[in-house]
Amino acid sequence: MTDTVSIVIVSHSAEVAKGAADMVRQMVGEEVRVAFCGGNSEGGLGTDVAAILEAIQAVYSSKGVAVLVDLGGAETNSEMAIEMLPEGESENVRICNAPIVEGAVMAATEAAGGSSLTAVCATAEDFQS
Amino acid sequence: MTAAQVTLSLQRLIEAAQATVAAHAEELTALDQAIGDGDHGHNMVRGFTAMQAAAAEIAAQPFGKALHKAGMTLVMKVGGASGPLYGSLLMAMGKAREDAPTDSAALAAVVQAGVEAVKARGKSDAGAKTMLDVLVPVQAALAEGGGIAAVRSAADAGLAATKPMLATKGRASFLGERSIGHLDPGARSCALLVHAVCDVLEEE
Repeated sequence: MTDTVSIVIVSHSAEVAKGAADMVRQMVGEEVRVAFCGGNSEGGLGTDVAAILEAIQAVYSSKGVAVLVDLGGAETNSEMAIEMLPEGESENVRICNAPIVEGAVMAATEAAGGSSLTAVCATAEDFQS
Repeated sequence: MTAAQVTLSLQRLIEAAQATVAAHAEELTALDQAIGDGDHGHNMVRGFTAMQAAAAEIAAQPFGKALHKAGMTLVMKVGGASGPLYGSLLMAMGKAREDAPTDSAALAAVVQAGVEAVKARGKSDAGAKTMLDVLVPVQAALAEGGGIAAVRSAADAGLAATKPMLATKGRASFLGERSIGHLDPGARSCALLVHAVCDVLEEE
């Protein structure tokens, strides 16, 4: 079950994050674990380090976790959350430099085949060009 | 400075920081609406209000641990990139020194550690229209042994310099040339906080 890389989607908007996760589930299926979060701690637009940390830990796999983010603060807050993971887990979690929706779908498609975290991120990032 | 004095200072510093952020929230938001996403004032108020709520608990810790806790509060509460940026600043300052710095050279070293952490977190440096345009000259003024007046003018000059700059980091960089002609909201909040710290130091 945890033999695939997991996907975490972090958007400023809870609805964007949920929508992207829904698309991944519909297009890729349930074999890849997907978590998402969006919005600040008051429910407005923004990102929340605690929620990102929780999302990563909910689907954490030693095989790896690929994190897709939207704008600036989502990336900075995700980097912070990754550093705050327990020792030994941080290196298995990586932010993919890819558009959030397309990147999540591409990453999950690659992950479903049992690919490594490096391959999953590369597939998502290649999609840009 | 005795332990009791340090505790008192930290509590006063937090109160002063929260007060200035709250008093200028609308201005920060207006600056951010011009070149960012318009949430800087609100985000900073959320973070510093949470810090204020924990002020007694924070101030009861030794200097290093207190700054770490204060920084972590911002990381967890701000909700935008300024959370990890200001949080990393304080956490690195706390990590640099267990006890409160007692002279300006020690203070300059502590601030230097914080500034380096902001550069690493933001993958940036002075000149990109960010809070670093205030932090870097403020640290330089401290390192040169400058007093409170020198620190204040370094902050003001650094802030003013962001107006004609082209943003190359953060949301403002999406605007390209259109980012020119506006003060950077992060540099503004940073200058406000520098002045708040100077106010508290002058009282003592």
